[in-house]
Amino acid sequence: MLNGLLNENPIFRLALSMCPAVGISTTVRNGLMLGVAVLFVQVCSSCTIAAIKNYIHPRIRIPTYTLTIATWVTVIDLVLSAYFPVAYKAMGIFIKLIVAFAIITMRLEVFACKNTVGKSFWDGFGMGLGFLFGMVTLGFIRELLGMGTLMGHNVLGFKPLLFFALPLAGFFCVGFMMAVFNYVELVFNRMKKKRG
Amino acid sequence: MSASRFKIASLIACIAVGAVVLSQVCWAGLANRFIQKTAFKGKHDILISFAAPVDKDWALNKANFRVYEEPDPDIKLPISKISLGPDNKSLILHFDEELNQSQPHVVVIKNIRSRGKNLGTAMVKAKKLYLGFLFSIFIGAMLIHNFVFTKYLGLCVFFGTSQKRSTAVGMGVTFTIVMVASAMMSWFLYQFVLKPFHLDYLQIIVFIGLVSLSVQAVDTILRKVNPILFKAFGVYLVLVIANCIILAVPLILADNEYNAAESFMLALGAGLGFLVALFLMSSVRERLELANVPPTYRGLPIAFVVAGLFALAFLGFSGMSIF
Repeated sequence: MLNGLLNENPIFRLALSMCPAVGISTTVRNGLMLGVAVLFVQVCSSCTIAAIKNYIHPRIRIPTYTLTIATWVTVIDLVLSAYFPVAYKAMGIFIKLIVAFAIITMRLEVFACKNTVGKSFWDGFGMGLGFLFGMVTLGFIRELLGMGTLMGHNVLGFKPLLFFALPLAGFFCVGFMMAVFNYVELVFNRMKKKRG
Repeated sequence: MSASRFKIASLIACIAVGAVVLSQVCWAGLANRFIQKTAFKGKHDILISFAAPVDKDWALNKANFRVYEEPDPDIKLPISKISLGPDNKSLILHFDEELNQSQPHVVVIKNIRSRGKNLGTAMVKAKKLYLGFLFSIFIGAMLIHNFVFTKYLGLCVFFGTSQKRSTAVGMGVTFTIVMVASAMMSWFLYQFVLKPFHLDYLQIIVFIGLVSLSVQAVDTILRKVNPILFKAFGVYLVLVIANCIILAVPLILADNEYNAAESFMLALGAGLGFLVALFLMSSVRERLELANVPPTYRGLPIAFVVAGLFALAFLGFSGMSIF
């Protein structure tokens, strides 16, 4: 489960599903919402595929994955538009586009179609959590630097770098975060070498 | 005998009717032809230009003009002010409310008076150029609202295939073709199946299914028809499905209720916009290979920063409007 959080973090390490990471991680709340939605879809479709894996013909497995994901995305799409209309509007088309997120299909292909429901649940949970973690981190940085607020509460009292509130600053933010992850790995490996 | 007489009579009747119709057309056309141009000017004004100077006291009387949107002739739009050009040949009707320029506006001009003569009543239309509108959708999707740099979609494939220029062009071309094909199919399915049966909530499932189907179809056809082309572009076909843009465009079409021509332009613009983005990015990344980049930034991180700079440049297009 921890695998998805750091070592194979979908956003910063695998560089998958980056469209929302750039597009709507402007605030912590947006990041949290989309993260939860992805977590839900990932866990549900992982479990579904793990449960029916014996009945899927290998040649049509990719379309089956896609349709399974699409079903769960429709569910979350309708739920969000009914209960959280404001947040739903802010996220725009991205909720519907969870279908095309490579990370979910990848986990189904790599893990869920070979393992039991229980294991797939935890794997999906870890991956979804990793995505959630990435989105919240980005949202945290951008909201703090761009608007000086956190979750809508005024924290700093001034706006350090308004630039980060712009949607396109997501590109820079993701780039910097990736560099940080690389740096941590570099230092970690160096320490390991010294010890070993 | 009687047959030939009947023929002559009918001929005369025909000529008479024709003459009457012709004179009617000429008479009605006189006032209409007196008006050279009717067009929207800005968001609140309609510009009318005449062939000759008109009388000022006639022109400034609001009662002589009636403006309405073509579908509802009963709703008269209130004119707030009329201003006449310096040579009395052009006239601007001001409206307080913003005009809905997607609808043609009909302007009825009563008893046009020029140099004291009454030229009759004219009925003219002010409308946006439809071709211009289509063109603006195309340019909008390609540059102003570029899907990669201003809507942040399709990034996974964008970063995955922009390392080499040849790969980038191959991906872009394949993507454009599949994009147009699948967008047209989803438009058709949405307008004629999903909407009439109130199955809107199945949008996502239907569109993604359609995309995978059309990719499969292109794959099969290309393999049989042109194996050389398939060798060049076949690799990218699988990647097309993983691209969010291919799903985003049908959803946008469904939201905006575009018609067939508009859908085609949007899909083409989106595809070519992706091609442009890929080409720009791959050109930069080929140069980056030779540059001395800090080890932590090597590879994707620096590509992201470059993409951010591109996005800043594309921000310059925002707010631009054509036609």
